[in-house]
Amino acid sequence: MSTEAAPQKATSKVPDASGRFGEFGRRFVPETLMHALEELTREYERAQQDPEFLARLDKLLSTFVGRPNPLYFAERLTEHCGGARIFLKREDLNHTGAHKINNTMGQVLLTQRMGKKRVIAETGAGQHGVATAVACARFGLECVVYMGEEDIRRQKLNVFNMKMMGAEVRGVSSGSRTLRDAINEAMRDWMSTVEHTHYIIGSVVGPHPFPMMVRDFQAIIGRETRKQCLETETRLPDEVIACVGGGSNSAGMFYPFIDDETVALTGVEAGGRGPEPGDHASTLTYGNKGVLHGSYSYVLQDEDGQTQDVHSISAGLDYPGVGPEHSFWKDTGRVNYVSVTDDEALVALQTMAKLEGILPAIESSHAIAHTLKAAKQRSNDEIIVVCLSGRGDKDVYEVARLLGQDLD
Amino acid sequence: MTEQTRIASTFGALKEAGHLAFMPFITAGDPDIDATLSVIRELGTHGVDLIEVGFPYSDPIADGPVIQASYTRALDKGLYVDNIFDGVASLSADELPPLVAMASYALLFRRGVEKFVKQAVESGFAGFIIPDLPVDEAEDAGKIVRANGADLIQLVSPMTPKERAVETLKAASGFVYCISVAGTTGVRDDLPPELTDQLNWLRTQTDVPLAVGFGIKGPEQVDILRDAADGVIVGSAIVRMMEGLGRSPEGDAAVLAKIGTFADSMVQATRKK
Repeated sequence: MSTEAAPQKATSKVPDASGRFGEFGRRFVPETLMHALEELTREYERAQQDPEFLARLDKLLSTFVGRPNPLYFAERLTEHCGGARIFLKREDLNHTGAHKINNTMGQVLLTQRMGKKRVIAETGAGQHGVATAVACARFGLECVVYMGEEDIRRQKLNVFNMKMMGAEVRGVSSGSRTLRDAINEAMRDWMSTVEHTHYIIGSVVGPHPFPMMVRDFQAIIGRETRKQCLETETRLPDEVIACVGGGSNSAGMFYPFIDDETVALTGVEAGGRGPEPGDHASTLTYGNKGVLHGSYSYVLQDEDGQTQDVHSISAGLDYPGVGPEHSFWKDTGRVNYVSVTDDEALVALQTMAKLEGILPAIESSHAIAHTLKAAKQRSNDEIIVVCLSGRGDKDVYEVARLLGQDLD
Repeated sequence: MTEQTRIASTFGALKEAGHLAFMPFITAGDPDIDATLSVIRELGTHGVDLIEVGFPYSDPIADGPVIQASYTRALDKGLYVDNIFDGVASLSADELPPLVAMASYALLFRRGVEKFVKQAVESGFAGFIIPDLPVDEAEDAGKIVRANGADLIQLVSPMTPKERAVETLKAASGFVYCISVAGTTGVRDDLPPELTDQLNWLRTQTDVPLAVGFGIKGPEQVDILRDAADGVIVGSAIVRMMEGLGRSPEGDAAVLAKIGTFADSMVQATRKK
């Protein structure tokens, strides 16, 4: 593999047939999965050309998920910052309370199309697990969700929710017992069940075609935002901000704006307790190029290439890798990636709740924290859109604990 | 390829004698490098034909629970790739069976494939198995490995369609690693009947020796493969025995003796009947 790529301009015309976003992406997986990935790519491409498939998905998104969700002018937050006008893309209003369901509806329809009866998924915060369990319940598919033991402890509500939907939640006790190990376990399951099982990966990570496919299913966020902003404000936003763990809500939000050169794009990573290894999950800010979970991208790793432990207040952002397209956007300079600490996110969560009456997910609170800073740097005739990727109900116990309050 | 590689000549000699190759897999650095070196010496004494040395990796998606746990233990004790290279270099590799490095592409990429391969070969490795580097991505790595006089082992799985297998075999050298079952490494009770069909078909497509791995637990499975394969790989079964090193109340000598006895039984089972 060549590591010296010529300086490139970002484009929406990626990936190529082998799954390359510039130099990133591709497939670094065991031979046992290669054929399934090739088949999945072909089936996905056919589905994208099939008007009936697209119509079914559109109908589900409007009648089951509740799309389009609003682009909401956050008046009091705007006043509070005294700068750019802040708009919220309300993914928190989707069924299941986050953007994850955009992808699981698409992939469940694909699973049906392939004639597979069993679905597996990994989950960190539990939002993707719930969105997968819901999609499987809706279509009568068997569903197994892998979840790190540490995350099961942090996200009890979502675990119970998944079980109510008929999903089996399998605790993962290997390695760091978080999202990264849940992905490892899901891939191992898939190695031996690939003939009748589809793996619904929850972010824009993993081997080709997953980063492309998940981005495409999530791109409805950015397409709606673009349209809504043009309709009500008669112009495009000046800046679009979203949080980045694996990077699915941000990829879906940014992608439709990639070729709009006037729109600044900012991805916000989890800065945790600070910049020391193990204290954060800011892969693009502090990581190096490497291979993780079947894809070539930026990775938080040691000098040997062993994946490093990460920390974030948010179970949905504490991932030591990132989607390959984000790496491409970073290296081309198209997206600016910044980092926000645990404490800043916690303050932003409370500010949003008090000023707007909206309790954001702790993940989305990272994007809001940066928005509070960015808005102040811009004038009041400029527009910032922030992706409110999920609601915060799932986080109340953890937030209460961090604020020193006891709910029991 | 003008000169035969060590792996190729090992398989060549075995074939001439009518034997199958026996290739045990061991995890490097569990519980420490000195223990790994003692096991390599022990296996060498008992006449195994090649030894596969697993480089612990933090996220090994192709491995089942036994090998995964051994990797975690080794890394928790602070094992680095350099420790493996240095340890192997301290052996007299020429007097030992060929050593094959089994390492994730994440490790090779991080160091630089060229540097990793060069250092590995200098320390005594004769070949490379990179389980997460499919043939589609392996062209550059293959050139580098060949330029260093070693073999990059290609893998074929039960899920590999014939057209894909044909492409894979074009890049094959040393031996072809034939994965017996779809899934991860680990001991299984039965080998699937389709396995021999696939091996027989592969045989019509290539002269490169075929070695079968994943799920092999002991001598009782060798006879099924005798006519269809050129070698057998046993992984988890030996790694499990190695779990006793530094921990077993009977002491390391007893664990090594047990590994030796197992190696004897496999060597015997793989010789010409």
